[in-house]
Amino acid sequence: MKGKRIEKAKDFKGSMIRFFKELKSFRALVLIAISVSVASSILSICAPNILSNLTDTIRNGLMVNSKNIEIISNNIQNNNMNDITIDNVVITTKDQMEFINVMSSDKDIDKLPLNIKKIIEPKMNLNKVKSITLVILSIYLISALFNYIETISMAHVSNNFARKLRSGLSNKINKLPLKYFDKSSTGDILSRMTNDVDTIAQSMNNSLASLVSALTLFLGTIIMMFITNVVMAITAIISSLIGFIFMTVILTKSHKYFEMRQRELGNLNGHIEEIYSGLNVVKVYNGKREVNEKFDELNSNLYKANKMSHFLGGLMHPMMHLVGNLGYVAVCIVGALLTMNNVITFGVIVAFMLYVRLFINPLNEIAQSMTSIQSTAAAIERVYEFMDEEELNDESNLSDFLNKNKVKGNIEFRNVEFKYDGNENPTIKNFSANIKAGEKIAIVGPTGAGKTTMVNLLMKFYDIDSGDIIIDGKSIRNLTRENIHDLFTMVLQDTWVYEGTIKDNIIYNQKNVTDKKVKEVCEIVGLDHFIKTLPKGYNSMLLNSDSISAGQRQLLTIARGMIKDAPFLILDEATSNVDTRTEELVQKAMDKLTKGKTSFIIAHRLSTIKNADLILVMQDGNIVEQGNHDELMKLNKNYAKLYNSQFQL
Amino acid sequence: MFKLLKNFNKKDYMIILLVVVFIMGQVWFDLKLPDYMSKITILVQTNGSKMKDILINGGYMLLCALGSLILSIGVGFIIANLSANFSLKIRKKLFNKVEDLSLSEIKDFSTSSLITRTTNDITQVEMFIGIGLQMLIKAPITAVWAITKILNKNLQWSLVTGGAVLLLLTVVAILTIIVVPKFKIVQKLIDNLNGVTRENLNGIRVIRAFNAENYQTDKFENVNDKLTKQQLFNQKTFAIMSPMMYLVMNSLVLIIYFVGANLIDKAYYPDKLQLFGDMVVFSSYSMQVIMSFLLLAAIFMILPRASVSANRINEVLEKEISIKDGDSDGKTEEIGTIEFKNVSFKYPDAEEYVLENISFKANKGETIAFIGSTGSGKSTLINLVPRFYDVTKGEILVDGINVKDYKLEKLYNKIGYVPQKAVIFSGTVKSNVLYGENGGKKNSVKEAIRVAQATEFVEKMDDKYDSHIAQSGTNISGGQKQRLAIARAVARNPEIYIFDDSFSALDYKTDYDLRKELKKYTKDATSLIVAQRIGTIMHADKIIVLDNGKCVGIGTHKELLKSCKVYKEIALSQLTMEELL
Repeated sequence: MKGKRIEKAKDFKGSMIRFFKELKSFRALVLIAISVSVASSILSICAPNILSNLTDTIRNGLMVNSKNIEIISNNIQNNNMNDITIDNVVITTKDQMEFINVMSSDKDIDKLPLNIKKIIEPKMNLNKVKSITLVILSIYLISALFNYIETISMAHVSNNFARKLRSGLSNKINKLPLKYFDKSSTGDILSRMTNDVDTIAQSMNNSLASLVSALTLFLGTIIMMFITNVVMAITAIISSLIGFIFMTVILTKSHKYFEMRQRELGNLNGHIEEIYSGLNVVKVYNGKREVNEKFDELNSNLYKANKMSHFLGGLMHPMMHLVGNLGYVAVCIVGALLTMNNVITFGVIVAFMLYVRLFINPLNEIAQSMTSIQSTAAAIERVYEFMDEEELNDESNLSDFLNKNKVKGNIEFRNVEFKYDGNENPTIKNFSANIKAGEKIAIVGPTGAGKTTMVNLLMKFYDIDSGDIIIDGKSIRNLTRENIHDLFTMVLQDTWVYEGTIKDNIIYNQKNVTDKKVKEVCEIVGLDHFIKTLPKGYNSMLLNSDSISAGQRQLLTIARGMIKDAPFLILDEATSNVDTRTEELVQKAMDKLTKGKTSFIIAHRLSTIKNADLILVMQDGNIVEQGNHDELMKLNKNYAKLYNSQFQL
Repeated sequence: MFKLLKNFNKKDYMIILLVVVFIMGQVWFDLKLPDYMSKITILVQTNGSKMKDILINGGYMLLCALGSLILSIGVGFIIANLSANFSLKIRKKLFNKVEDLSLSEIKDFSTSSLITRTTNDITQVEMFIGIGLQMLIKAPITAVWAITKILNKNLQWSLVTGGAVLLLLTVVAILTIIVVPKFKIVQKLIDNLNGVTRENLNGIRVIRAFNAENYQTDKFENVNDKLTKQQLFNQKTFAIMSPMMYLVMNSLVLIIYFVGANLIDKAYYPDKLQLFGDMVVFSSYSMQVIMSFLLLAAIFMILPRASVSANRINEVLEKEISIKDGDSDGKTEEIGTIEFKNVSFKYPDAEEYVLENISFKANKGETIAFIGSTGSGKSTLINLVPRFYDVTKGEILVDGINVKDYKLEKLYNKIGYVPQKAVIFSGTVKSNVLYGENGGKKNSVKEAIRVAQATEFVEKMDDKYDSHIAQSGTNISGGQKQRLAIARAVARNPEIYIFDDSFSALDYKTDYDLRKELKKYTKDATSLIVAQRIGTIMHADKIIVLDNGKCVGIGTHKELLKSCKVYKEIALSQLTMEELL
C-alpha cells in the first residue's frame, strides 16, 4: 500500500473522453492488447471445465467396472451354470464360483481369477488423460502467450504515450507567455511532467488491459453461471457480494486515514525541510527546544495516521480470502441441497466451485482499478490543464524584419502603459523616452518601481497594453519575438547555468564559436585564470550550482552574453553578485563591447551607472527624473537622495 | 538493514516473537483449510452424502478461514504498530542527530540529501517493516510446514514440485539480475529529465532571449528518448514474469494430475483410492510451497531498495559530530569582547587554507567590519565565532574564554546572528522575531521591528504582527525577509551581533536608516559586519581587509585609504576620491 492520495478529477468524463481521443494514434496496439486480453480471459473461463473433465477421467479410472460385475452377478443369480463371454473374455463357471467366494469375503480384486480381474478391474483411460492434459497445457501456453503480448503492447503504448505527453508538456513551456510562470511554481510544473505522466503510464500498464480482461472474466463467469443454473448463480453472486460490501465499507473507512497520512507526512516533511535549511539559525538562536516540540507533535500525528492506515490497508488481502471461502461454502451447501432433491448433478457443483473463484478475483481487480482510474483521471486533467493554457500570440502574419547586422540602434518609448495580470494598478504608466543609437541608458529606482518590467516589455516577454515601442522606426508590435531576441544581448541578475561543461555554458546555442573566442571572452571577464585552475579546464563539468561561486556564475553569464554579440545590450543587475573590483574590470570590458551599441543598464550600485548618457529614475511606474549624473545631482531630488544615502552614517 | 534493525529494543523483539506465534497459527489454519475443502469436494461428489456432513465441514472450513482472518488482523495490528513506532523513533533519532551536525558535516551530506534521508528513506524502511517483515516470517514457515505435509508422500510428485520451484526461482533471479540495476538507471534518467525541465523553467528568460528554445527541446528529447527506451526495456523484460508464474503454477497441478493418473493406473487396486486422495492434497500443498517461495523472492526484490535506504540512514546516525560541547556556563568577567589569535582555517581534506593567521581584538561596543573580494574568506571568518566550523590553528576568545570551552547553548546566548540569506520560518511575524531562547528576557517585538525598519510593511499586512508567514517566507519579498531576520537578532538583545552580508538585499536608503537606528540602539553591543559596500562600513571602528584568506590591512577607513592598496582599489571602484574623503 503506497497510500497515495487519491485525487478526484473535477470533470472525470471529459478527461477520460479526451484521453481516449489522444490514444487514437496507438489504436492498433491498444486493440491488439484488448483482444488478446479478452481471448485469454475466455480461455481462463474454459480451462476449469476441462480440468474437471480430467479429474473425472482420473476418478473413473478408480472405479471397478460395475456393469461387468452386474453381468456376472446376474448370471450367477440366475443359476445359469454356463460360460459367459464378456468383452471377448471367456469366463468359466469355475471362475464364477471363485468370484462369488472373493466377493462374499474380502472383495480383494487381486485375488480374483485373472480373466475376471481383467474385465472388472478399474481401467485408467490413459489416452484420454494424455489428450486432455495436452489440451489444457496448450490452453495455458496460449493464455500465457496472450498475456505476454498484452503486457508488451501496453508497455509500448503507455511508454510512447508518456513520451508524447512529456514532449508536449516540454514544448508547451516554450510556447507559454512569461506571465504564466509568474503565477505557477516550478515544482507544480515538474510534478505534472513526472508524477502525473507516470501515474497515467502506470495505470495504462496495470489497469486498462486488466480492467478489460477482468470485465470479460466477470461477465463471462456470470453468463456461464446463469446458463448452468439460476439458483446456484444467485447464491454465488449474493454470497460474494455480501462479503464484498463488507470489505468496501472498511476500505472507505481506511481512505480517510490514507489521506490523513499523506497530509501528516507533508506537514512533517515541510517542517524538516524548513529546519534543515535554516539549521544555523536554529542553532545560534537556541531554537532547538521549540523545533523539537513541533517535530515531536508532527511526528506523533504521523505515527497515529501511519498506524491506522497500515493496519486498515493490510486488512484488504485477508478479507478477500474470507470472501472467497464464504462463496465456496455457500455454493457447496446450496449445491448439495439441490443435488439431494435431484435438481442438479454433481458436476454442476464442481463447476460452481471454480466459478466462484473466477468471479471474485475480477471483482476485486475492478474495485482496485476504479480507485486508480480516479487518480489517473485527476492526473490526466492536470496534464491537459497545462496543455490548454493560453499560448503566446501567433506571429506568422508579422512581416517586418530588422537585420541584426544593419540595425542602427534608435529606440523610442511612446506613452507605454502596462499592467500585470491580477494587479490593480499599472506597473508602467505613460512612459515616454527617446533613446539614440549608441547611448548608455541607466534605469534606477527603488525595488518595485518597474525597472525590470521595462526590460520585459522591450524584449516582448510581455505585450504592452497601450502605447508603442519603436526600434529603428519599426513598432515591436510588428516584429516577431524571435527577431527582437536576436537583436538583444541580455544578462540577468539571476545567474542561469546548467549541467554541462563550462565551454557549453558559455557557447550555449550560438553557432560557429571557436575555442579561441571563448578563451578571449573569459580573459576579458577575468574568468580565464579560474577556469585554468580547474582539473579539466574549459571542459570541466558544472555539476550543480554549488561548484562555483555566485560571482563566478555571474561572470560566466556575462561571457555568454558577450559571445552572442548583438546590437542592443541589456544588463539587469548583471553585476550585483560580483565584487566591486571585478565589476569594474567587467564594466570596462563591457564598455568596450558596447561601444556604438545602445545599452540598458539596471543597477543597484549607483557607481556602475554614473557615466551613463541618460539616467532614468523610476518611481511607482513613472519616470520621475531623467538626465545625466551631474544634472540629476544638481536637481537634488530623488536621485541625489538615493546617491547620497550610500555614504552616510 | 540489519544494523538499523538493531534499534529494535527488547519489547520490540517480544512483539516480533508474538507475531511469529500468530503467524504460525495463521499458517496452521491456512494449511488446514484445504483439508476441509477437499473433504467437502469429496462429499459433494459422492452419492448419498449427508447434508449434515457438508454443513459440519463447511462450518469447520469457515472457522478456519475466520481464524486465519482474526490472526492476520492481529498480526496486521501488531506490525502496523511496530513499523509506525519504529519509524517514529528512528525519525526522531535522525532528526536530533542532524540538529547536532556541524556545517561541514552537513555540507558533506548536502542539505537536500539529509532531507531525503529523514523523509523518504525512513518511509522506505517503514514500508519494508510493514510489509516485508510479515512476509519474511510467513514465507519460510509456510514453505517448511507445507513441505513437511507432503514430504515422503511421493517421489515423482516431489520432483515435479521441486523442479517447478527451481524453474520459477531461476526465472525470477535472472530477471532480477538483469532488471534491478537498470532501475537505478531509470531513476537517474528521471532525475535528468527533471533537471532539464527545471533548467528550462528557471532559465526561461535567458532561453527566450537567446532564441534557444530548439536547443533546449533537443536536449529534452534526448533524455526523454533515453528514458522511454530504458523503461520499455525494463517493462518488456519484466513482462515475462507474470505469465511465466501463472504458467508454471497452473501447469504444476496439471502435471501432478498427469503423473498421478499414470501412478494410479499402475497401482494395486486397494492403493488406488488412497493415491487419488494424496494427489488432491499434494496439488493443493504444492501450490502453497510455490507461493511461499515466490513470496520469498518478492522480499529479495524489495529488500535491496529498503537496505539502500537503511544504509543512508545509518551513515548519518554513525557520523561523528566534530563540534562538541564545552563546560563553561557562560558567566564571564569580560563582556562583549572577541579576540582572534593567529586563527587559520581549512576545510577537512582540503589542501589550501581558507583563512591564514588572522589576529584582531574587538572591544565592547565596537563595530568591526570585514571587506574583501568574493571568495576572500570573510563569511568563513565570522562563521568561526558561533562555531559553525572549528578553527584549524589558533584560537578564538569570546569574553576572554575560548569558544571551544563554552557550552554551545551559553555561547549562542551571547550572539545575534543574521545570515547572508535570510532564514524565515513558517508561522507569524511575531513568532519569527521572537524565535528561539536567549536564556533571559527579550526585547519587544514592536521595538525590534522598528529598529529593523520593518514597521511600515508589517503594519500594512493584514494581521500586522500576527500576520501569517508562509514556509520559507514565500509571501514576503527578499528585502522584507532580511529585515525580519535582523529584527530577530535585535529582539534577542545579544552581547555580540554578527551580520554576514545582511544589508546587501536592502536599497541604500533603507540600509542607511537601519544602520543609523541600529547604532543608536546597540550602543553597548559589539558588532561584526561583513559587507560589499564601502558605504556600509566606512564608519566602522575597525575595518579588516581580507584578500585570499589573508589579512592585508587593519584600521579605520581613513587609515586604510592611505595604507592599504587593496582597500583603496575596492573603495575607488565604488566611489570617487572626493566622495571617500
